[in-house]
Amino acid sequence: MNFLLMTVVVAFRVLARNRMRSALTMLGIIIGVGAVIAMVSIGEGAKAAVQAQIASFGTNVITILPGSMTLSGVRTGHGGAVTLTIADMEELKKIPGVTYAGWGRRDAMQVVHENKNWFTTINAVSPDYLVIRAWTALNGEFFTQTEMDTAAKVVLLGNTILKNLFEPGEDPMGAMIRIKNMPFKVVGTLEAKGYDTRGNDQDDVVFIPFTTAERKIMGTKFMGSIGAGYLSAESPEQMAQVVDEVQRVLRQRHKLRPDQDDDFTVRNQIDIAKVQEGTSESMKLMLLAVASISLLVGGIGIMNILLVSVTERTREIGIRMAVGAKRRHILLQFLVEAVVLSAMGGLIGVGLGVAGAQAASNIAGWPTIISADILLIAFGFSALVGIFFGLYPANKASQLNPIEALRYE
Amino acid sequence: MSLIVCRDLVKTYRLGEMDVHALLGVSLTIDTGEFVAVMGASGSGKSTLMNILGCLDVPTAGTYILEGTDVSTLGENRLAEIRNSKIGFVFQNFNLIPRTTALENVQLPLFYRGIPAHEQKALALRALERVGLADRQRHHPAQLSGGQQQRVAIARALVTDPSIILADEPTGNLDSQASREIMETLTQLNREGITIILVTHEAEIAGYARRAITMKDGVILSDRNAGGVAVARVVPQEVRA
Ligand SMILES: Nc1ncnc2c1ncn2[C@@H]1O[C@H](COP(=O)(O)OP(=O)(O)OP(=O)(O)O)[C@@H](O)[C@H]1O
Ligand SMILES: [Mg+2]
Repeated sequence: MNFLLMTVVVAFRVLARNRMRSALTMLGIIIGVGAVIAMVSIGEGAKAAVQAQIASFGTNVITILPGSMTLSGVRTGHGGAVTLTIADMEELKKIPGVTYAGWGRRDAMQVVHENKNWFTTINAVSPDYLVIRAWTALNGEFFTQTEMDTAAKVVLLGNTILKNLFEPGEDPMGAMIRIKNMPFKVVGTLEAKGYDTRGNDQDDVVFIPFTTAERKIMGTKFMGSIGAGYLSAESPEQMAQVVDEVQRVLRQRHKLRPDQDDDFTVRNQIDIAKVQEGTSESMKLMLLAVASISLLVGGIGIMNILLVSVTERTREIGIRMAVGAKRRHILLQFLVEAVVLSAMGGLIGVGLGVAGAQAASNIAGWPTIISADILLIAFGFSALVGIFFGLYPANKASQLNPIEALRYE
Repeated sequence: MSLIVCRDLVKTYRLGEMDVHALLGVSLTIDTGEFVAVMGASGSGKSTLMNILGCLDVPTAGTYILEGTDVSTLGENRLAEIRNSKIGFVFQNFNLIPRTTALENVQLPLFYRGIPAHEQKALALRALERVGLADRQRHHPAQLSGGQQQRVAIARALVTDPSIILADEPTGNLDSQASREIMETLTQLNREGITIILVTHEAEIAGYARRAITMKDGVILSDRNAGGVAVARVVPQEVRA
């Protein structure tokens, strides 16, 4: 142990003597490890952000939109006819495996509190909508059935609204805000959700009871027509089956002939998640390839410079053997030099990778996650690269004939 | 018991199809405390003999008994240990490790002995004092004169308190003044009890020794003490091709 420690000290000194050469040799490992750590951190951050966004959408959510989706993704109504109603949703709620059914419609309007006003989305919803879409009340309660039935003028505020209509520290509970000049009482505030997958602020919204909107604010062409319906399935496994059933029930209720297209669109949240997972899998493979290639190149660089070093220091090896170094001492010495080179490269690479990830989140605003695991793995691998690629030159050094080595010019 | 007993040492190098006989049957006995000069023409096998005596090389045939141990039967690791503990080398071209301080060069054999760093330093410093170079301990070889470098090499050879110092043309690269200093240092060490075997081409240098062995074509031609008296009857062995 004592000997190993002293060998490490000697290795550092030898490498410090050829500072430039050592630095250039380490470069391959530095770049490899740094790039991998930066990319993994950014990748993990992006993945976590997507997962959080998916979770903020609610779990096992099936979305039903009126009108059909064309291949280009444009939704078209069918002759302006009302294609999705509360009655439809009440019926869909009976499908086995469905736990909640909710609905809503939205419009953009001005909301006013005292001398402040804010243009935002008014989302008129049924109480279960909030449950399905995983909203949590920060203060107060979701709408009650009575409030729904009586079309009460009550409102729940998203976090962004809170910031824009109220002074910091001001208690919004019970306050009156005006929508379309009608007073609404604030009965609750909602926990912030952040941005969705498309970069929209999910908290820039106020919720009012669906009935209130229908009767007093937005009006309607047809009582009970909704902008979107939402179902939540009991489990992810049941989603596909529920989607099929939704399609069947709605086609039947809408009296569609077999040759007619659906006049609604059903979207399954899991499909979106799967696409995301697929891209992160292929991203991982790419990373692995990049990491392997750069470590391989870095390792070959170390092997090359060590072979040069063994040749340069042939006489030194002979001297060491003459004064009593055993073959394993010489082997260890060069192996330690290789590992010091690669591990230092790994360490610097880890530092640069972390700095790069930090820069990406500070400057570009990307979410990054730097996990200790990946740092350790990257560092460990770089050390292993040193052992692997150092073995050949070190063995070559240790097999030198002492007399020939001493005579070497 | 004699320090060194060699019997019929043969060393043959194979160069392609041809055999080169560097030693052709060398028998030799050296006692503790002797100061022996080995002389002879270039290519007569002096260095080859020194390498075998120093356990850097093994003979093709013959036996070599060092302090009662038959060295020719030992493995590489044991030979390394013997080089480390019993033998000190001094070479013509000094063979110090470049860009490493004098002190560290002298420490080297102790390093492989695995003793604590502070003990290494203390012993190395004492060895440098013995050759009169304590004030140059931080100098690199390139910052020392040839004579000083050779004295550092002597310090390195004696730091382990060896039984023998083997010096292969130690003054070969030095001027007469430096040569004289080196020889005085070696003579002093011999007086302190270290056996010294020295290869040289110069009669003046050989004059410091108390016994002179002359080699020719891989055999010992003569073996006389300072008074010119034959030490041993030299009987070259017939070598089978
Ligand atoms: N590695 C080797 N391979 C082949 N032949 C060798 C080898 N080493 C030495 N020899 C041969 O062995 C013979 C003795 O060599 P050695 O080096 O012992 O001579 P020397 O007496 O020390 O000469 P010098 O006074 O020039 O140093 C020479 O003929 C040399 O060519
Ligand atoms: Mg020679």
